[in-house]
Amino acid sequence: MSSLSPVNKMPAPAEKLLKNYERVEGVSDELFDHEGNIRNAWQPFVNFFTKLGLDDIQRRIARGDQYLRDAGVFYRQYDASEASERDWPLSHIPVILGSSDWETITAGLKQRADLLEMVLADLYGPMNLVTNGYLPGELIARSSSWLRPMVGAQPHNGHFLNFVAFEIGRGPDGRWWVLGDRTQAPSGAGFALENRVATTHVFSDHYRKANVHRLAGFFKRFRDHLYSISRENDCGVGVLTPGRLNDGYFEHAYIARYLGFMLLEGEDITVRNGEAMVRTVDGLKPISVLWRRMDSSFVDPLELNSASMIGTPGLANVVKQGNLTMINSLGSGILETRSMLAFLPRIHQAINGTDLLLPNIATWWCGQEAERRYVLDSAEDMMFGPALSRSLPFEVNEMHPMSRDEDGQTLKQKIVENPSDFVAQETVKLSTTPVFEDNRLKARPMTIRVFLARTEQGWDVMPGGYARIGIGEGKTVLALQGGGKVADVWVSSKQHVEQETLGSDTKTEYVRKIAEVLPSRAADNLFWLGRYIERAEVLSRMTRAYHTRLEESDDFDTPLLNVFAQYLKMHNIKPDDAIPESICNALMSAMASAGHIRDRFSVDGWLALKDVSDNAWKFHKQVLPGDDTADAAQVLLRKISGFSGLVHDSMYHHTGWRFMKMGRALERAGLMASVLRHFIKQGHPVGSLDIPVDIGDSLMTHRHRYLVNTNRETVVDLLALDNLNPRSIIYQITECQQHLGFLPGEDDHRQKSLLSRKMLRLHTDLATTLPHQVTDKFLQNIENRVYEICDLISSTYLT
Amino acid sequence: MRYEISLEISYEYAFAASGGRHLLRMLPAHIESRQHRISGYVSVNPAQEERTDRFDFFNNAVSEIASHHSHDILTFKMLSQVECFEQFRSFNLSPDLEKLKEEMSQLQNLSNESPLHFIGDTPRVRINNDIKQFALNSLKGGMGCLDIIETIGLKLHEEMTFDPTATTVETPMEDAFKNREGVCQDYTHIMIACLRSIGIPAGYVSGFIRTIPPEGQERLEGADAMHAWVRAWAGTETGWIEYDPTNALFVNTDHIVVAYGRDYDDVAPIKGVLKMFGEQKTTQAVDVVLI
Repeated sequence: MSSLSPVNKMPAPAEKLLKNYERVEGVSDELFDHEGNIRNAWQPFVNFFTKLGLDDIQRRIARGDQYLRDAGVFYRQYDASEASERDWPLSHIPVILGSSDWETITAGLKQRADLLEMVLADLYGPMNLVTNGYLPGELIARSSSWLRPMVGAQPHNGHFLNFVAFEIGRGPDGRWWVLGDRTQAPSGAGFALENRVATTHVFSDHYRKANVHRLAGFFKRFRDHLYSISRENDCGVGVLTPGRLNDGYFEHAYIARYLGFMLLEGEDITVRNGEAMVRTVDGLKPISVLWRRMDSSFVDPLELNSASMIGTPGLANVVKQGNLTMINSLGSGILETRSMLAFLPRIHQAINGTDLLLPNIATWWCGQEAERRYVLDSAEDMMFGPALSRSLPFEVNEMHPMSRDEDGQTLKQKIVENPSDFVAQETVKLSTTPVFEDNRLKARPMTIRVFLARTEQGWDVMPGGYARIGIGEGKTVLALQGGGKVADVWVSSKQHVEQETLGSDTKTEYVRKIAEVLPSRAADNLFWLGRYIERAEVLSRMTRAYHTRLEESDDFDTPLLNVFAQYLKMHNIKPDDAIPESICNALMSAMASAGHIRDRFSVDGWLALKDVSDNAWKFHKQVLPGDDTADAAQVLLRKISGFSGLVHDSMYHHTGWRFMKMGRALERAGLMASVLRHFIKQGHPVGSLDIPVDIGDSLMTHRHRYLVNTNRETVVDLLALDNLNPRSIIYQITECQQHLGFLPGEDDHRQKSLLSRKMLRLHTDLATTLPHQVTDKFLQNIENRVYEICDLISSTYLT
Repeated sequence: MRYEISLEISYEYAFAASGGRHLLRMLPAHIESRQHRISGYVSVNPAQEERTDRFDFFNNAVSEIASHHSHDILTFKMLSQVECFEQFRSFNLSPDLEKLKEEMSQLQNLSNESPLHFIGDTPRVRINNDIKQFALNSLKGGMGCLDIIETIGLKLHEEMTFDPTATTVETPMEDAFKNREGVCQDYTHIMIACLRSIGIPAGYVSGFIRTIPPEGQERLEGADAMHAWVRAWAGTETGWIEYDPTNALFVNTDHIVVAYGRDYDDVAPIKGVLKMFGEQKTTQAVDVVLI
């Protein structure tokens, strides 16, 4: 930057924006340096931003938010009653760091990552740091994050840590400080990517030209590293997630999809003779690298936390035998213990003879006498917390030294009584960064999370980060749960930056080892998604058919409606229900199934499904029986068709898609058999035979094909035996047979499987039966066999 | 004293259970100058596809077994011969609580024998105010650790009622303490909490006691199943000592050690995860015969 444009010469409205930016007394600011000049790294952005009109800024922000909604980025909000998905709280102004700041941060964090690796190797090995007095044994022994079963386990690739993150902040003197180490299963890297994409949507024209480091290269190198430490015959690399109820699930699914890793839950994996195997539709497949996104102790209910419902029994011992690399090693959470910060600087000094390049915030463990006396004397300048806590400062409201608990005891008294339960940290004043709120730029406190991944060449630092921004005036709580925001972090470069992408470059051709591995659980969820969607559709058709007739007769108590009501009762639908809860429940179950496989399911598909479900609940509460309900059912049917079309047109036709189609076809076949049975009975009132044709959406077809009114044989012919009617039973079975032919274990050269024999027999029976031979018993038999095939698919592929 | 010990534990499932993986800790320990294992093995029926043997952090023998098929009944049998040696102790050297605290603060190792593992809360043992008050009320000024251990053990033994129907293996220790009833596992967890609450490191011992008492002595409680008692650290000089609160006595040659841990979770004879539905029935038979 040749010359800094003085603030007072800027054109409106920029002048106003910057002039009204109120910096907080006594803290650093990211936009302005201590002399009140705009920092060099920000200058190009400021030049660009201040030329925009307020309207333009609003439009751009709306564009970024729209992207986030379309991409389905959310986080889980936990309040007293329930957890819900909330909009992603992006602050649209990036935090911009210059190259000199970045070089300091990079060098300091690489050094710190090496220190952490060394400490961890010692704590799970010789434990010299304890024996020689650098770490208090009591602190380690009492932490539930130090996992005794893992003592003596050597990591397979030689490193305990392969992916770490650091929470850093800038102090009032302008220096950077480490606020906390994240070594257990650091989150945020995926969100950092999403923040980047969203922010570039807001400032696309500027970003394209700006010399800001790209993020893709970092992920590419880490991905290649994980593949390089996996074994030849592995079925891939897995991301081990606690599942869809975890607040990080979106990120786990996102990063798995982005990097082409398998998203696995504990039950997807089983142990066989000391090896970890993935349960797939094609049997057990070996795996040796798992990027763990759950706390270590939950990984194995047998050897670690026996209360864990999300782990894999025996997995810890697979790690111990050297057959599985966990990123990071089991037990790495011990390094996150807040009290560790009290000892790391001295350990580094003892080993390397120098101070850490980046200091961490001053920390004192109260279990040490001199330290305890010191912090109690200067308690007013301290933040206190539980000694073994792994939460970051600023994530929770800290305890005040004179605050009393329900026993009337002050924190000070408690510390004196049980000193080793407490840790004290100096109160840090965080720097501020601009956020755009109410058409103004406001200064808000922030921290940045920086990510480091191990590659062949050592630690690789993601050139950017995940900034967390506090809600403002005097508040230091930064957690999303507390109403904080997040922002993208730009590292500006003096030179032109290379455009990197995740795709392979020409020099090192990268080949995916195996085309497709479908975990049984994912297939199971897809199968059920197909079934539930079809159930919702058929129930909606029934509802529409019933309420159209209700409107015509204007009376619940006609012979025809009574026959209809009897049938609806079997589906828990009452005659005076408008949009019945059964439809809502089927859609909710479909959402639950889809929720388990967000990594395999497009965001558009998810949003379409959510839209149907939301509408069903809305109608359930609002509409009235009769025409109103028939119309609402029609809307739902249109939306369900929209969803199905979307899935059919845009979902890749892999094995998982086949399971979904089979689920749908079998549900349709089973329900059609049941509908037919009920409505073609002898002695039913006039009009009964039209009902299955209506539910089967085949009124037009019937008219064209038979040129007569419905009779028993035309109805049965069209809805059970007609090869060309996409609503007929035989059509579903034919489709199912085709999909089955593509599944693992099915090929023409082998003896037919039990499943394909049963399917063939069912098809043959339908194909060789004439309409007048279709009896109640025949239909009952068909229905039973359809559900038997469902069970057989489950036991063959899905468990 | 030489014993022949047999243990049979069997699970019967209403519906076939599948895919079981278990950790077994049921073989008597081999401890220099205390207890020698002359022979011993564990067998499982039906036969398991996988089995590995190893030692855990606290140096207990563990077998990991796994079956990939379903079964209605699962039976574990352990047979062992053990020689136990008389333990002699000097009762006068244990420090008072103040001194113990000082000794503790000097400790700088995390080997499996280190008292540092046996303080604070562990999954099955939680210190609370009631327990701490109970422990403090038992104390008199100037008592040494050994006296304290015995006093607390006696007081628990007096106040608690041994009742196998009152608790299960899953009953929280707080409930057993509130109702003052339970079995050896409850006695042991409560006593561990009492000792830890006043700063004495304490852990859990699983094992066996002889079935038929010596002539003229009463039969000990807990002989018809696996037993449990407390191991406490009474200072550098005295070291670890073992006390059985269910029978109110310091442990000697009537007790055979299987495993040491911080609480039951570390030493459960069978820890397992299998997929099952419906009821299960467990039976346990123990015989400890002097030979």
